[in-house]
Amino acid sequence: MTTTPVLRARGLVKRYGHVTALDGADFDLMPGEVLAVIGDNGAGKTSLIKALTGAVQPDEGEILLDGRPVRFRNPLDARKHGIETVYQDLAVAASLDIATNMFLGRELRKPGPLGTIFRLLDKKRMREESARHMADLKIGLRSLTQAVETLSGGQRQGVAVARAVAFASHVIVMDEPTAALGVKESGQVLDMIKRVRDRGLPVVLISHNMPHVFELADRIHVQRLGRRVAQLNPADHDMAEVVAIMTGALQVKQDESVPAAKDAGLS
Amino acid sequence: MPVIEATLPRRLLSTPIVGPLAALLAACVFFSLNTEQFLSGGNFSLIIQQVMVVGTLAIGQTLIILTAGIDLSNGAIMAFGGIVMTKLAVDGVLPPLLAIAAGLAACAVFGLANGLLVTRISLPPFIVTLGMLNVVFALTHIYSQDQTVTELPAALTYLGETFRLGGTNVTYGSLVAILLFLLFAYLLGQTAWGRHVYALGNSPDVARLSGIRTQRLTISVYTIAGLVYGIAALLLVSRTGVGDPQAGQTDNLDSITAVVLGGTSLFGGRGLVIGTLVGALIVGVFRNGLQLMGVPSIYQTLITGILVILAVTVDQLSRRRTR
Repeated sequence: MTTTPVLRARGLVKRYGHVTALDGADFDLMPGEVLAVIGDNGAGKTSLIKALTGAVQPDEGEILLDGRPVRFRNPLDARKHGIETVYQDLAVAASLDIATNMFLGRELRKPGPLGTIFRLLDKKRMREESARHMADLKIGLRSLTQAVETLSGGQRQGVAVARAVAFASHVIVMDEPTAALGVKESGQVLDMIKRVRDRGLPVVLISHNMPHVFELADRIHVQRLGRRVAQLNPADHDMAEVVAIMTGALQVKQDESVPAAKDAGLS
Repeated sequence: MPVIEATLPRRLLSTPIVGPLAALLAACVFFSLNTEQFLSGGNFSLIIQQVMVVGTLAIGQTLIILTAGIDLSNGAIMAFGGIVMTKLAVDGVLPPLLAIAAGLAACAVFGLANGLLVTRISLPPFIVTLGMLNVVFALTHIYSQDQTVTELPAALTYLGETFRLGGTNVTYGSLVAILLFLLFAYLLGQTAWGRHVYALGNSPDVARLSGIRTQRLTISVYTIAGLVYGIAALLLVSRTGVGDPQAGQTDNLDSITAVVLGGTSLFGGRGLVIGTLVGALIVGVFRNGLQLMGVPSIYQTLITGILVILAVTVDQLSRRRTR
């Protein structure tokens, strides 16, 4: 059984002056899984995710998408490769409506000269497609011409998730998608993530919230001191152990319990 | 998640143009009742002529304020553009039409310079345009040697000519200004570029992460604003019949007044360019109406000031409600 990771990284290094944020970090995302990335503050989670989504360029190391080396110069580059990111609070433009937010940066124009010469937007088609994507994720259909600032936090995050799902062909990365939300709204976002997984798209979930991680994750990537220190199966560990590994109180052999990754050629 | 359909009254209230439009209508009704001359085609044509220059400057100002910037240099840039186009034509350096083109280009170049300083060196728009205000003001006086340029060829004053519209004389310049408002309403509301301007004003980070090239967008906004200031220069020259190095010295603040009265938020990302037209008309109607009522001009300034503070207060309060 050989499975190629959808997204993999080897030996990523990122330095900011004297601070080394990534110190030879590895990363593997398998097809169709929800991979949780956890780590203490300063462990290099954010730098890792930024490198994988084109927001920063690593100083060393390589990133492979479907086994082929890629280099993302900016977030747009990563998006063109089918990697979509949902940020915890930088997701949507508040005064613009839902459909405009869904298509921000990749608007649809009317066919024919109206679109090519007069650059006229096809607002009707963008509304219809937005409605379809929202319905697919069972995000209650509401007026798509409403400004997103009139929505609740959970609904806003719903718009961001629906946008990511609509355009992601490879990977969805969610950076603390529930950090700013209440209990009920977090539940709604978790349900959405499950629906995304059910459609076969792999999800990278960065989270501090251990119950959420254990509810959703197929595997857990533990980041510590700028590198991956463990890949865990949540079924084999309890939360206390995982937290202990994360903080360095408990040491594990690197990359235990990841047969698929070994088959893919891990040392 | 429940379905929340915005009801019509709610949508009207959240549309930023309703307040300014109501204020404009109320002012028109008030002055119609209190003066006999106010309600006439000729008077309205005069009001539009009086506001079209500041109104056109305010189109560029609206673009920049929508990106959460501000432009203090627009009146000065317009004065420079006016001197360039009149002097080149009158001195016989260029044929009149090319002189106009050179004036427009000069204004666009100053806009581009503002945009480059704001993006490439990350300077605050307030400081960049304050500096540019002084630079361009000085250049205008150096180039013109403090002389007003007179005896303009016909091409430069053509937009000051009038045509009959339903028994009223309307200047071509007024028509140009109104067409510009409609053009920018289209660009901001119906094209991706316009949506990106709003997104940028909402949050530069959201815009960038959505794949919008924010630096290029910002530079395009300042450059296009500069070009619009050039058109304002042509309107001014055609209206006054001279190239005046002293022109436009308070127009930067007057254009901000029009934008704010039109319901556009100084915090960026919210507002309509048609609102700016309404805002400019509010100022024009108040000035004109109070003048007809025989109120001294200093009270017109007083009332304009109070209106601006009221408009910003409404903006701030409505933002607080939606947050």
